[in-house]
Amino acid sequence: MTDTREMVLEVEDLHVSFETPDGPVDAVRGVSLNVRAGETVAIVGESGSGKSQVMMSAMGLLASNGRASGRIRYRGRDILNMPPSELNRLRGAKITMIFQEPMTSLDPLFTIESQMSEPLRVHGGLNRKQASWRVLELLKLVQIPDPEKRLGAYPHELSGGQRQRVMIAMALANDPDLLIADEPTTALDVTIQAEILQLLSDLQARLGMSILFITHDLGIVEAFADRTYVMCRGRVEEQGPTADVFHAPKTDYTKMLLAAEPEGHKKPPRETAPVLLEGEDIQVTFGLPAGFLRKSTELHAVRGIDIALREGQTIGVVGESGSGKSTLGRALLQMIPSTGRVVCMGSEIGGLDRKAMRPHRKGLQMVFQDPYGSLSPRMTVREIVTEGLLVHEPGLGAAERDRRAEETLRDVGLDPSVKNRFPHEFSGGQRQRIAIARAVILRPRIIILDEPTSALDRSVQKQVIDLLRRLQIENSLSYIFISHDLAVVRALSDYVMVMRNGAVVEQGPVDQLFDAPKTEYTRELMRAAFDLRSLLTG
Amino acid sequence: MHREEIDILRYALRRLLGAVPTLFLIITAAFFMMRIAPGGPFDQERTLEATVLENLNRTFGLDKPLWQQYAMYLNNLLHGDMGPSFVFRDKRVHEILGEGLPVSMQLGFLALLLALFIGVCMGTVAALRQNSKADYFVVALATFGITVPPFVVAPVLALVFAVFLGWLPAQGWGRADQMVLPVIALALPQVAVIARLTRGAMIEALRSDHVRTAKAYGLPASMVVIKHALRAAVLPAISYLGPAAAALLTGSIVVEQVFNLPGIGRYFVQGALNRDYTMVMGTVVIVAVFVILFNLMVDLLFAVFDPRVRYD
Amino acid sequence: MTDAAIAEETPPQGSVQNRSLWATALLRLKRNRAAVASFFVLIFLIIAGGLGPMVSPHSYSEVYPEFVKTRPSLSPYPQAEQIIPAAESALRRARVEVGEIVIEDGTVRIAVSSESEIDPRISRYVDRSDVFSNAEVVDISGDGLSGAITADVQQLYFLMGTDANGRDLFSRTLIALRISLMIGALATAVALVIGVIYGATSGFVGGRVDNLMMRFVDIMDSLPFVFFVILLVVFFGSNLVLMFIAIGATQWLDMSRIVRGQTLSLRRREFVQAAESLGVSSWDIVKRHIIPNTLGNVMVYMTLLIPKVILLESFLSFLGLGVQEPLTSLGVLIAEGAKNMRNAPSMLFYPAATMTVLLFALNFLGDGLRDALDPKDR
Repeated sequence: MTDTREMVLEVEDLHVSFETPDGPVDAVRGVSLNVRAGETVAIVGESGSGKSQVMMSAMGLLASNGRASGRIRYRGRDILNMPPSELNRLRGAKITMIFQEPMTSLDPLFTIESQMSEPLRVHGGLNRKQASWRVLELLKLVQIPDPEKRLGAYPHELSGGQRQRVMIAMALANDPDLLIADEPTTALDVTIQAEILQLLSDLQARLGMSILFITHDLGIVEAFADRTYVMCRGRVEEQGPTADVFHAPKTDYTKMLLAAEPEGHKKPPRETAPVLLEGEDIQVTFGLPAGFLRKSTELHAVRGIDIALREGQTIGVVGESGSGKSTLGRALLQMIPSTGRVVCMGSEIGGLDRKAMRPHRKGLQMVFQDPYGSLSPRMTVREIVTEGLLVHEPGLGAAERDRRAEETLRDVGLDPSVKNRFPHEFSGGQRQRIAIARAVILRPRIIILDEPTSALDRSVQKQVIDLLRRLQIENSLSYIFISHDLAVVRALSDYVMVMRNGAVVEQGPVDQLFDAPKTEYTRELMRAAFDLRSLLTG
Repeated sequence: MHREEIDILRYALRRLLGAVPTLFLIITAAFFMMRIAPGGPFDQERTLEATVLENLNRTFGLDKPLWQQYAMYLNNLLHGDMGPSFVFRDKRVHEILGEGLPVSMQLGFLALLLALFIGVCMGTVAALRQNSKADYFVVALATFGITVPPFVVAPVLALVFAVFLGWLPAQGWGRADQMVLPVIALALPQVAVIARLTRGAMIEALRSDHVRTAKAYGLPASMVVIKHALRAAVLPAISYLGPAAAALLTGSIVVEQVFNLPGIGRYFVQGALNRDYTMVMGTVVIVAVFVILFNLMVDLLFAVFDPRVRYD
Repeated sequence: MTDAAIAEETPPQGSVQNRSLWATALLRLKRNRAAVASFFVLIFLIIAGGLGPMVSPHSYSEVYPEFVKTRPSLSPYPQAEQIIPAAESALRRARVEVGEIVIEDGTVRIAVSSESEIDPRISRYVDRSDVFSNAEVVDISGDGLSGAITADVQQLYFLMGTDANGRDLFSRTLIALRISLMIGALATAVALVIGVIYGATSGFVGGRVDNLMMRFVDIMDSLPFVFFVILLVVFFGSNLVLMFIAIGATQWLDMSRIVRGQTLSLRRREFVQAAESLGVSSWDIVKRHIIPNTLGNVMVYMTLLIPKVILLESFLSFLGLGVQEPLTSLGVLIAEGAKNMRNAPSMLFYPAATMTVLLFALNFLGDGLRDALDPKDR
């Protein structure tokens, strides 16, 4: 069966390279793909696969040091070598684009109305009044609450989801043929992401444009796209109808990607396992209470949470941004002022100052989210990994510290010979291994993991998860695993707490919580994370 | 009125009120610093007899205790009187400065406008044609302007255009042709700084996500540059206006001296050298008031350009 | 599993060398030709200012009344046509008739005659002139009424000419360079110490203290501080030490802001939090994590502060408030040059050129350093 719908976009043997001080870098090496009218096509790939650069060259938006060669045709017309003035008649009218960062993609200095009317007036020839009327109509179309009030608003006055809706409205303004969406939901919380995807698929059904969706998220692709291109290192590895790619992958790379979805299951600890860390009624408040001539700036980040972590247990703490989950982790570690009782391995540590807290830190470690930010850029791996030993085992000699560092590096899957290198020489996954080494070298009993896998590609993520799991078994560690990613939490935890607005909305053993969520909010989270398809079609 | 406008007005009012203690502090510090220092206004006139000196001291109130002089000065100042000059004894300080002020203000204002206009234009052109000849020219000129101080530029300009070429006068103030050289000499370093700032900001703006959006929506190149990139790129130049004004004040002392202009710059140095207490105090007050008002104006201007600025 | 993980995740580039950020920065700096050239120019100027005054043929304060505002020249003074008038004027008060004057091989022979007996001490009149030395009265005739004076003709080199008082401009430029460099270094050091301590304290302590300390900096900064420097210098006398303390003490504001901003943002960085969660003490955090990471910016700012300070000093000297005679600085020389530019342009040209080269070198080096340490700034 051949598709008879008209070709909207054809890319043939596209090459993109960037001139850098260290020589040319080939980002795209001979990519061919096409999009037909009314179709939804996804390009999926990990970071650095060149997937965004394909579309940037189509839109004439390559950075000034980039060169593209090959053919890109829009309805038969070559747009790669089109003069800018001619291309401008297509961009924003027939082909439109939405971007990953809704915060920075809108001009912060202009109102929503002013930026949205620009393409309307330039392409559609509308006057100010007509444009204003049309903008309002579009805002209603993308279901922004209070559209009349948003006209005069500036981008910083909207939430992330609202900004992305504005971008979508702008993209739809001139009834485009093709909408290119470059990771449009990556910066958004999972429930907002579901709403945006729902909106996009609704609009496509009503307006009939083609959508080219660029993403790293396989879940979205599976739920959303008719056809899929899998890209890796500048090439298309595999292509075909989405169902085929997902259920009968032909290449090893695709198989690896699919297998990289976090999986596995953790058994709860023994009934008799002792409680190592216990928090009671933990509260964290930022800002100042209302005072003379001053409004209150108080923010209750954590409102009275109880938690008990047993030996060998992993408690997953999930929640969207601003739910207070990271704050809870830092409060348990006494890194920010908090109230409530915290007992760590038999001693009360709540409210201890830095000095009094020091002896307890050896057994209670933390791993942070950003592997780029959590390693001191001017220290070598050896210095980073052994810093804790200087504090907690000052009796060790340099040679012994070195031996411990090598042993630990090997333990986290790194070659010990890397110890004299600096963090910027490593990839994200390797850095996260270094950060984990820094924590486990002290042989702690408890590690608080604050989104340790969120900044990593799925395939790397899986390796880090495997590492964490192995370390837990070998050293009978207890984890508090903080994440917004339900799939990872399900794979790694045996007990889960769902947080929202600083409070726990639901908690329980992992199976119980995931199989039979009790609250509406948890159900909503689950659907957005695991069942996008039903959300989009239903 | 719009709520934001009320916010801005309230902010302006609060800043003005906040300026009063600052001004008071400056006046107090300057007053006592000068008086504690050794030497007096009549030291140089060595031939004065003791009785004459005593008379002089009495006329100018220098025989009274310091705090009393201080209270008197503040009281007079509140009534718009900056006291008698110790050196130009037939005139009051505010009369002398009043004559010079318009000249200095004109000079400074013209230089500031010129610097802002040329600087922003040059910076924009350089950024749009990055790594072209025009860009290198701007970068070279900017480095030159930052490197070579006004007290070198001013005499050289005078030498070339007034002495050798005879095109422009190197003296006086009032006619347009008399203003050209001093204004250029004063503005040049600021042109350099503003061009550099604008160039950097413009390059960044052209690479920013929202300019990419504007391009992706097929807006004409001129609109992308002028409306979306330039507006973001002038913000650093605007916030630099405060320091620029301070630098112009400093520079005007040199320029007024080289071109022999009847501004207030020379009174400050002369006043200081002669221990002309009231004269120095007068210039300090004027400069402080000017700087405070100007900074407030710049902050408000910034708010007009950038809606993200919050006033609370 | 170990090797597999590494094979899969090898970063695309730069994975082989073992380079610290500093080494990388140095490499980038070396590629910047303007910065490298500036570096060598700067070294040259430092040597010139440091050692130059010791080896230059004239003292910076030596006055040659006969050579006022001479033109710069590579050939020695006096020039041939100046010798005879110089000899005549030297002997004018010796009450002798000057006869034939012969010049050969750097010596001069002046025939003299007189109505009274020639006093051999008249050679002193000749010696007193800047042009001659080792004057001797020779060949006095039997009656003592005629004779000759021989003297060595001085070989005075004024490579940059002389100033309005007849002092060698080359020596004066060298000493001025030394003073300017010294003030640049010392005042910058003062600004650095105050700024780093103040800024780091403010940023690390944070909260209300930080607020108060920065409010103070804001108030200070909103004043055109040169006015206060002028006040200070005028009222506490124009001595060198006070001047660089005054300049240094007014230039620390920006430095403290930069260091505070860096400290604040570093405190929020995860690696500082990671160190805290390891239980590292405050002092060790500052020492190991904060200071090394502010160093780059501080160094860049310092390189750019030196030319600023030199400018400020020259500005004060230009107004006559700075370095006092006979000592000099580039600002003083430029001020004098500006006064005399119509009849002796070299007096303006050489000091101004020296200053320009110095400032260009410093600015280029500073810019190069900034680009090298923070390449995204370009």
